[in-house]
Amino acid sequence: MDTKILTKNFGLKDSHLLSVYESTGGYQNLKKLFGMQPGDVIEEVKKSGLRGRGGAGFPTGLKWSFVPKDSPKPKYLCVNADESEPGTFKDRYLLELDPHRLIEGMIICSYAIDCHNAYVYIRGEFVYPKVQLEKAIEEAYQKGYLGKNILGSGFDLEITVHRGAGAYICGEETALLNSLEGKRGQPRLKPPFPAVVGLFACPTVVNNVETISALPYVLENGADAYRQFGTEKSPGTKMFSVSGHVNRPGNFEIPLGYPLKKLIMEDAGGIKDGKALKAVIPGGSSVPVLTAEEAMDVNLDYESLQEKGTMLGSGGVIVMDETTCMVKALTNLAHFYSHESCGQCSPCREGTGWAHKILQRMLGGEGRANDIDELNRIADNMAGKTICVLADALAMPIWSYLKKFRSEFEALCRS
Amino acid sequence: MPKLTIDGKEITVEEGTTVFEAARQMKTSIPHFCYHSKLSIAGNCRMCLVEIEKMPKPQISCNTVAQEGMVVHTQTDNVKALQKNVLEFILINHPIDCPVCDQAGECKLQKYYMNYSVGDSEFNESKVKKPKKVDLGPNVMLDDERCILCTRCVRFCDEISKTGELCVTNRGDRSTLRTFPGKKLDNKYSLNTVDICPVGALTSKPFRFQQRVWFLKSAPSICTGCATGCNIEINHNDGKVFRYQTRKNEAVNECWTCDEGRLSYTFINESRLIRPLLKTANGLEEVTKTQALAAATEALQKCSAEQIVFLGSAYESNENNAALKKLANNLGVTALQYAFHEVENPSSDDFLIKADKNPNRAGVSNLGFAEFSGELTGKTVLAMERISASQIEKIRSQKPKYLILLSSHQSPACELADVVLPVCTFAEQKGSFINFQERIQKFEVALAPKGQMQTAWQFLQEIAQSLGHAWAITSPEPLLKEFFNLTYEEIGEQGKLLE
Repeated sequence: MDTKILTKNFGLKDSHLLSVYESTGGYQNLKKLFGMQPGDVIEEVKKSGLRGRGGAGFPTGLKWSFVPKDSPKPKYLCVNADESEPGTFKDRYLLELDPHRLIEGMIICSYAIDCHNAYVYIRGEFVYPKVQLEKAIEEAYQKGYLGKNILGSGFDLEITVHRGAGAYICGEETALLNSLEGKRGQPRLKPPFPAVVGLFACPTVVNNVETISALPYVLENGADAYRQFGTEKSPGTKMFSVSGHVNRPGNFEIPLGYPLKKLIMEDAGGIKDGKALKAVIPGGSSVPVLTAEEAMDVNLDYESLQEKGTMLGSGGVIVMDETTCMVKALTNLAHFYSHESCGQCSPCREGTGWAHKILQRMLGGEGRANDIDELNRIADNMAGKTICVLADALAMPIWSYLKKFRSEFEALCRS
Repeated sequence: MPKLTIDGKEITVEEGTTVFEAARQMKTSIPHFCYHSKLSIAGNCRMCLVEIEKMPKPQISCNTVAQEGMVVHTQTDNVKALQKNVLEFILINHPIDCPVCDQAGECKLQKYYMNYSVGDSEFNESKVKKPKKVDLGPNVMLDDERCILCTRCVRFCDEISKTGELCVTNRGDRSTLRTFPGKKLDNKYSLNTVDICPVGALTSKPFRFQQRVWFLKSAPSICTGCATGCNIEINHNDGKVFRYQTRKNEAVNECWTCDEGRLSYTFINESRLIRPLLKTANGLEEVTKTQALAAATEALQKCSAEQIVFLGSAYESNENNAALKKLANNLGVTALQYAFHEVENPSSDDFLIKADKNPNRAGVSNLGFAEFSGELTGKTVLAMERISASQIEKIRSQKPKYLILLSSHQSPACELADVVLPVCTFAEQKGSFINFQERIQKFEVALAPKGQMQTAWQFLQEIAQSLGHAWAITSPEPLLKEFFNLTYEEIGEQGKLLE
């Protein structure tokens, strides 16, 4: 079975052009869309079981249904293209190679939630993807797929692209909204949630690039067709970005439920230089790490990974071979999260920096007997105590690295 | 009206009340840094975490709206551990040098540390270094290392003063409070940020390092900077006022005070008159109280009631103006005017600052004194300060026959006087003012009078007695009762709106 939904045009020449997208059936279903009731579109997406591909895996249709229909305020769609989770580089390729799929998806979502001004918040470093996306938007305007009265339907949609300024935290949806409003990029207190009080205090849907890019397929082929891929609870396909010690790193679109072993050993060409596998981060740097043994015995769907005590996350698969120093690896992550903590909540602001300093000291040969306990305690005290989950995003690696690779840390903590 | 249970006790609260506020209504205090009742909720300090049954994670009570049937725990061992752990995070990069910190003694962090966290730090790393002396504006200095980034001051400038000078820049533990580029923390209310700063990060330039707070004594009072009558505490020691602190009064100043009023205390300490003065061939010379009173009495005795003008004062208390009125009644004096304080281009706004820079214009008017009009030529004048420059000029040009002045300061008006009696300011006596809202508010004695100083009503009583009138007043209260039909108890701590 052909499992390419999101990436089916990736191999085509000039796949980013409107003409190529149209030649593969792109934008052909908009007539069908405008003939549907917005509520029916939401229902179809709910039935498809599509879940947010940004990391949290929240059911997309359900998220849309939280937007109050009777609100007199404008509604907004914000596409989260601030892809910054270490190990994740899928949205970047969707933007570069098939931007029209995203635009069509945005039209579908906007129609469903009655949005007439949609935004793409794109990572500042994504200069080339941004250029490609803007060219595509320009083409779509010229062809009448965007702007006033799209295809004579009476439906209007404007898309604005906004570049971020280099903060990881702006990928958190409410920090993204603050940043888009011109404020400091810090997560907001919840409740209220963006569906009710979002961009400019109006009802807002924030969805990941990959989530929105899946919509044209769902609309064209229906929820049941989408559900033929993946598992009962994790339907559809998902892109996985494989990086690290593999022979063929890159993006792979696979049906959910696919064995991680197959992805690493076959699709990604196995471990480099014939080395042994040591550990795998399955879903972006913030999720708990898997040992080689665990990784070779798990399927890539939300439920299977949860059973193994980790998460699907953003689909950033980081492969580490036997030469990897896990203390260094964790120090690297601690550096990243302490650097990217927005600094708002005391536990995260102070805890991430503290953990990083302890790990640096250990690497510098000054480890102390109680450092492992101390790191665990810091993780315990910051996880779940803050406005957003950035503190948890460091706590989860700390717990899992210390638990699964404890001896490597102990070796550096002999007093 | 949801009913919830906090620490085993049920409470019914208004819809929309947060768990924090509900607990506060029950007099259960939940530790906090960033929460402030007048500011938006930031939820960043995480100190007010509580346990709520059926919720998987601890919740910050400041942003959790009370729901029907909610069961909240604020005092369990687990909650105490949560608070201790948050405090540990806040303290790891905070200097532990309370003895040299100006906030010591009135620091929330210090207080909570003693309550929750006493013990040796587990922190073995080097602390983040930040600037110790950041000049934010004319009145406020920042010690960046002491800042716990609660953003109360940022929210104050955004939401209350609406001047928006402050922001937090940088991220993580390098986050730092700053003014926006090219801006200074220079607004009419900037010192309120020092008040609400829970730690020693923001300090008042005039007050910092002047006095350890535990030496300060305090008296509830009223700011005399304008007609608003902000409620204040006068903080003083060794006969000197060191600062005004805001005192809460929802009906007047909520919990804010303007910088101009707050810094007006310096007049109490400076250029004070402590001995009576009498005009001689050599100009004004210090004399005894007996000599001064004899001169004043003689001057009043020598003329008929029609030849006397009494100048009350919009700067003086109701009680002192009432004493003047009482003396006028005794003597049959009917020319009653009041002098007042004026400045060029007075500040004013639609929040707390009034262009009328007198604390008691309503009070003196209420007693039947008319605004200063002069008509003093050839008259014997008994006057109270403050008298504005233009009024002084008028007095000078109209050449009264004799001027008896009750003054607290060596002021320009003294030069015109034939006799000057040294009176107490509001800080050295008990009394009341009526503000622009017609709210009567009382103030207490902060400082003991120095030298020969007396309250105006005491001098006026002595003059009345010398002129044969039987006054036997030992406190200002009978004057309040006689002329305003009120007692201090009836005025209360928050004042009383006159009908």
